[in-house]
Amino acid sequence: MTAILAAVAGIVFAVGLIISDMISPSRIMGFLDVTGPWDGTLAFVMAGAIGVYAPIARIAKHRLRYAPTQTAIDKRLVAGAAIFGVGWGLSGYCPGPALVSVGSTIETGLFVAAMIAGIAIARRFTR
Amino acid sequence: MTAESIVRALIGGGLIGFAAAIALVVHGRIAGISGILNRALDPDGGSTTFRIPFLLGLIGTGLVAVVVLPHVFGAPVSRTPTLVVAGLLVGIGTTLANGCTSGHGVCGIARLSPRSLVAVGVFMATAMITVAIARHL
Repeated sequence: MTAILAAVAGIVFAVGLIISDMISPSRIMGFLDVTGPWDGTLAFVMAGAIGVYAPIARIAKHRLRYAPTQTAIDKRLVAGAAIFGVGWGLSGYCPGPALVSVGSTIETGLFVAAMIAGIAIARRFTR
Repeated sequence: MTAESIVRALIGGGLIGFAAAIALVVHGRIAGISGILNRALDPDGGSTTFRIPFLLGLIGTGLVAVVVLPHVFGAPVSRTPTLVVAGLLVGIGTTLANGCTSGHGVCGIARLSPRSLVAVGVFMATAMITVAIARHL
């Protein structure tokens, strides 16, 4: 049953990304390009997601069995976020939309393959 | 950005928040896509009660959409070599930072995690700087 609900969560997450058009890199670029005609759609998606999740997370705080173990704001966090941002800005893809779009074009498939390679590389050098 | 795209953004965002709430309430987990993918790739980390079925639902929905609603996907806007470099950077960066737009951006901000607030500020800033340089150089 928990496995079925996990699949449901994955499906709902993907439908949310599709409905909100987060699977269009041009949409993301429109948000990230603050010098051009700005597209704030991404901000509304985040507001919608946080608006639903935050109150539930507050009420159901005790349900978080696998809480993030790291609490320090260290170089690794800042460097990782900075590197991720450069990749996001070069492509308009972050991990969720990339996985949902993996079959849409060959180029998107290549992005996902490179992302998985990047995960393997980062693990090799951090463990 | 039109009124319709704002409504769709709020509804789609709400669904993402709802999916993250299922993961929290039912599975006791943070719904961060990079972390779920990262650990699912681990030989012993692919939880069959959460990570694997979540990813199957997420990717499967995308693949079904490719067949039945192919027009919903916006084409990549970057050249292929750029996309490959970007993919590597997204994989490396999210692994080092332990999170991406969903784990830090949605769940972390909603939980007011100091780490997530810093991560989101940093990746938004470097992404915007990258786009500014790439588009206007």
